Amino acid sequence: MTIRTARPDRVQHFRRLHCLKKLEAIVVEMQDPKSGLKGSEQKLNVTTIPHVIAGKDIIAWIANKMKITVEEAQAFGTMFVAYGYIYALQNHKKLVMCNDSSLYRFQTPYFWPTQKWVADDTDYELTFFNFLHPFSKQAHYNRLHKWLFHKWDFIVMQATEQYKASRERKKPDRVVFDCQERAYWIVNRPPVSNMFYQQAIMRSKVKSSVSLGALVKYITTYKNHDPFLAPCLPSNPWQTDNDSYWNLNMRRVDVPTKMRVERWSFSLFELLTDLRGRDDFKIFLKKEFSGENLAFWEAAEELKWGTAASMSTKAETIFKTFLAPGAPRWINIDGRTMGLTVKGLDHPHRYVLEAAQTHVFLLMKKDTFFRYLKSPVYKDIQKKSLNPQPHNFSQAQLEQNAQNRSPGIHPTILWKQEEEEKAKAAAAAAPVDVKAMMSKIDRKK
Amino acid sequence: MATQEVQLNETLVHLKTESESLKSKLEEERAKLHDVEHQVAEKVEGLGQFVMKTRRTLKGHGNKVLCMDWCKDKRRIVSSSQDGKVIVWDAFTTNKQEHAVTMPCTWVMACAYAPSGCAVACGLDNKCSVYPLSLDKNENLAAKKKSVAMHTNYLSACSFTNSDMQILTSSGDGTCALWDVESGQLLQSFHGHAADVLCLDLAPSETGNTFVSGGCDKKANVWDMRSGQCIQSFETHESDINSVSYYPSGDAFASGSDDATCRLYDLRADREVAIYSKESIIFGVSSVDFSLRLLFGGYNDYTINVWDVLKGTRVSILFGHENRVSTLRVSPDGTAFCTGSWDHTLR
Repeated sequence: MTIRTARPDRVQHFRRLHCLKKLEAIVVEMQDPKSGLKGSEQKLNVTTIPHVIAGKDIIAWIANKMKITVEEAQAFGTMFVAYGYIYALQNHKKLVMCNDSSLYRFQTPYFWPTQKWVADDTDYELTFFNFLHPFSKQAHYNRLHKWLFHKWDFIVMQATEQYKASRERKKPDRVVFDCQERAYWIVNRPPVSNMFYQQAIMRSKVKSSVSLGALVKYITTYKNHDPFLAPCLPSNPWQTDNDSYWNLNMRRVDVPTKMRVERWSFSLFELLTDLRGRDDFKIFLKKEFSGENLAFWEAAEELKWGTAASMSTKAETIFKTFLAPGAPRWINIDGRTMGLTVKGLDHPHRYVLEAAQTHVFLLMKKDTFFRYLKSPVYKDIQKKSLNPQPHNFSQAQLEQNAQNRSPGIHPTILWKQEEEEKAKAAAAAAPVDVKAMMSKIDRKK
Repeated sequence: MATQEVQLNETLVHLKTESESLKSKLEEERAKLHDVEHQVAEKVEGLGQFVMKTRRTLKGHGNKVLCMDWCKDKRRIVSSSQDGKVIVWDAFTTNKQEHAVTMPCTWVMACAYAPSGCAVACGLDNKCSVYPLSLDKNENLAAKKKSVAMHTNYLSACSFTNSDMQILTSSGDGTCALWDVESGQLLQSFHGHAADVLCLDLAPSETGNTFVSGGCDKKANVWDMRSGQCIQSFETHESDINSVSYYPSGDAFASGSDDATCRLYDLRADREVAIYSKESIIFGVSSVDFSLRLLFGGYNDYTINVWDVLKGTRVSILFGHENRVSTLRVSPDGTAFCTGSWDHTLR
């Protein structure tokens, strides 16, 4: 209906890439018998596949040929895989080139993206029949039946022909051809997993009345906190050009506003997301000597959202601090979760602490959170919290405000402050290493 | 050979009937639990009249504004436009914060502000790069950029996750991908859309492990970031889905599409629960976002329609832009919302 000038047509964009011609020239060079890469025969499962090359060899060749660094060559190699000129034999769904001994093959020119034919539906359906996962075939029938009804007999005939022809080929050739075809389709038409329908039917659903009821309840709870529905105190900065509202609600105020404190009582999630609330919660936990749960939760969050490079060191520190038997801040989780987590830490990945973290979160949610709300710490902060008077600016004052809008603090400055505070807190909270202290004393003696 | 043919035909027919029954069974299950429509919402009081005015107009772009995002400090925004410039503004004072970063190409269809406020990500053509922001006005930002994502087709949307270290992108090649900013490594890719993916939004839940994406195949898919699997899928729109946005509670999301409707999908009930449309609205929705009780939609007929989430009625219509509204976002604390338009301005 609307003119789609903002989005280039997918197939045209694909074809217009002149760089594909350049890529092809390089692929041809790579296969040159004299100066190119040497493929070898590799055994994959039971079949021996000819002309296989390792990822690191490809990357080394590219780096050498184009006089670039290994990282650049790896990114360049990934382009070959992404566009379908080279395909991986293992882990074929992830379209990247790995700088290790993973095996790759060159795609036959028949399947190169610059061939004029568009990845046609009919061809896709045919390939689908022949070798993709049996479950996929089930739900795909809907689409087939609707779209290609008129071509149905033709398709069945073609499918049986292809099936016959493939039976006659020798096994290794078949495996190779299958790999090539599969690689082509993974690049050009991602396979739709159709176990999905089965799972979707089995999944537990909630009645409409229940979920709509939950929505209404949510709205009623937060009604007074939404600036569009209720006036925000002291005033909405956009309306009066006065930014006290933001200043009163900053990260590190001594005394928070009443609305903010009220919001903490809505759910543990609200309390923890507002860092000022988390601070208050920490004060409470310190009094109860049960700060390790929250500390573990925070460490697990840092692991989840941190950089890939820091993963293993972080996982190790967490293990030493929270999970190892006799650890200084040992968390009390059930045996099964502990076992799973420790086992997972042998090969740490981003989500290795997921089970433990959920367990700890639920513990805090069902028990500690409610005790916090009834505690003197919370009641105290409720009493102290501010209830700012609503502004009542005259027209002249409003005009003045508009002239003198305050620039606020740049987020990078605030961020640096935060990091400094965090470092200080970490240093203060670090458990004293008794052994090291004792050995120091011994040495002095 | 003949017997094999017959066998093949029989299995084909058998599988065909089985899958058709599977699909109708799913619809049956979904419909069984749909016991009320708006009866629940009828008991809620109606909203009064809203007076919403343009409080700021940000001028500075030389061409259509394609995307914008708020900073967590609730007053700064980053915007990108077809003139190849990405500008960081302090919307409160309307000052341009940084020297506008000029991109080497004009397709800057996506931009995002990092949660720390110290960097912005811009998607140009098929790549996404992260630019660290600094206080020094004279620093050449382009020199410090870090190239992160790479797709095989145009990048339609990008977003940081809970930290500065990961970016989620969606692309015209039909996939979404999660990247590690530091190393530029692909952490997870999400395959399942049959056409270009146009938009994505991260869930605000306590676990923060899911996101929703909408595409030209009229489907809105909910994904698990850990496994790369599609958990839920909704296909009730009649045309491309241009924008998706989660409801603050994380239990529902809305989508806006070229078929001129916005729809609300509930994740727990696993179905569409509301349609926001009017006979008089025929132009597509380019972007949607939520406030607590209001759904804001930016339309291609230059207007913004404000809907009551519960009752499904239109609360207000806002004018002001002189060309189609391309992007719309509510500020992090809900005090205002910003729209960007093809008329070169942001409001």
